[in-house]
Amino acid sequence: MEGRECDCREGRRAGILAELKSLKQQKIEIEKRINVIETQLHDGGHFAEEEGVRDPHHSASCNSASASLTPQDIYRYSRHLLLPSFGVQGQLNLLKSSILVVGAGGLGSPALLYLAACGVGCIGIVDHDVVELNNLHRQIIHNEAYIGQSKVKSAAEACHGINSTIRIVEYPEALGSQNALDIVSKYDVVIDATDNVSTRYLISDCCVVLGKPLVSGAALGLEGQLTVYHHKGGPCYRCLFPSPPPQAACQNCSDSGVLGVVPGVIGCLQALEAIKIASSVGEPLSGRMLLFDALPARIHIVKIRGRSLNCVACGENATFTRDSFQSFDYEKFTQAPFSDKTRPKLSLLPESARISSKEYNECVERGEPHVLVDVRPEHHFMIASLPKSLNLPLSTLQSRLGEIEEALKREESDLSPGSHASLYVVCRRGNDSQRAVDYLHGVGFPLAQDIIGGLESWARDVYPNFPMY
Amino acid sequence: MEDITMTTDKETQEREIKDEKGKLKSLPSIEIKVLFFARARDLTGFTNTVVSVKPGCTTLDCVAELFSKFPSLREIKDSMALALNKEYAPGNTILNNGDELAIIPPISGG
Repeated sequence: MEGRECDCREGRRAGILAELKSLKQQKIEIEKRINVIETQLHDGGHFAEEEGVRDPHHSASCNSASASLTPQDIYRYSRHLLLPSFGVQGQLNLLKSSILVVGAGGLGSPALLYLAACGVGCIGIVDHDVVELNNLHRQIIHNEAYIGQSKVKSAAEACHGINSTIRIVEYPEALGSQNALDIVSKYDVVIDATDNVSTRYLISDCCVVLGKPLVSGAALGLEGQLTVYHHKGGPCYRCLFPSPPPQAACQNCSDSGVLGVVPGVIGCLQALEAIKIASSVGEPLSGRMLLFDALPARIHIVKIRGRSLNCVACGENATFTRDSFQSFDYEKFTQAPFSDKTRPKLSLLPESARISSKEYNECVERGEPHVLVDVRPEHHFMIASLPKSLNLPLSTLQSRLGEIEEALKREESDLSPGSHASLYVVCRRGNDSQRAVDYLHGVGFPLAQDIIGGLESWARDVYPNFPMY
Repeated sequence: MEDITMTTDKETQEREIKDEKGKLKSLPSIEIKVLFFARARDLTGFTNTVVSVKPGCTTLDCVAELFSKFPSLREIKDSMALALNKEYAPGNTILNNGDELAIIPPISGG
């Protein structure tokens, strides 16, 4: 019996292996074919010169305006062609155009999907990041199967899935002073769908140096902004904001949160503006800014200043060249990193005033009398918190010191006279807890200590199931 | 930008009292609606407000008034776009009663 079962298992295994081998072979064949077609696209302009797709007699039997549209193109884009203000010429312009999307996140997701669907001939996608589960509520181009994989790859495959006749170029890297000129120069229109202020200045300057129109969108919380920079004599980002905002004013989605559909709305509008510019229809949002306000359902459009004659990048006497662009230190200028994930690590306290999350865990396990103050905002505390922690948000700490004193007294009531309970402070990442401890030292709590790395380190080093956000 | 959802009632009342007194003392003031966006909302705690300024005040005078009223707003003093009645207005533009001034700091998230 055992022998027969074993034979049976072996047989199934051999069958699976054979199927796997055959599927892998088919996959290689398909990838080869994709390469061939992509090369043809690259060499032969916007449309696929795939045998069988284009009718050799087609152009002879049609009038000249639609001569470059295949029957498939006409069928696919028919609703565009039916629009009197867009029509064949608009579609042909789109098919011949190239658009670069920097950032395949909340803004880039809908923008890319629409650009691919509507037949932009060549789309470039730049992003250095990988897909994470906490991206999926807003970055709708990605799906669960791509978690941990390159956002560019995920986005490119989604775009290909919608429209296999266009060319997608993947740049799985961060845009920086060294690669930006080379990449941006290959495109007609640039979409800024990034998440940080350094890259925004870099992209704007690069577009000025290369003379490219820039469709700039941004979203945070429940608000969005949209405008077109450096288009037909219009202002650039620096004309409007010559000085970068201070670090405190540069909020990002991973700290402040964002309602998923808000970047979705702005990303769609970015696609629209890019399509208008690429197909030469309508009036681009240049010299004006759209402000989207989700909660009261309001959209404001305000006129913004024109090009500044004194602008460092595009003004009358500006000397901003390719060389100066490449040597400009954007992270230093804005005091903000190129990625919203890189956060400056604060180091405010001496080592004696700090303990690791592991050490804190040992203190709990020993049953050491202590008070743990969590200085995160209340709505963060509501997401997840450590047992018995006392939530005193940093902004309210000054007026609630009495609560710390009371909590310490309760802990000390069972102790022998003269013994003290410890005071620990925690936050999300370990910066605010340092600020709080620094403050507490000066107001009568000289023994307060902070937990290094905050709840993030707790989840990483002590309790991996602690919910992180 | 027609409807204002969140006017600071207390302030409007104060201004009305001032206006009444103003009539007696013949010291008129004009009223400017201010709209805050993005970081300006976090710093002031308001989406909009009303400020009273002297006739002849400029856009920049009004901004200075806002800084004294909301000191934390100075954080973005070098990084904000201004729009007066939805139009671009240089800092020396003279304000009129009922003008609407928008304070627009850049958003960088995405």
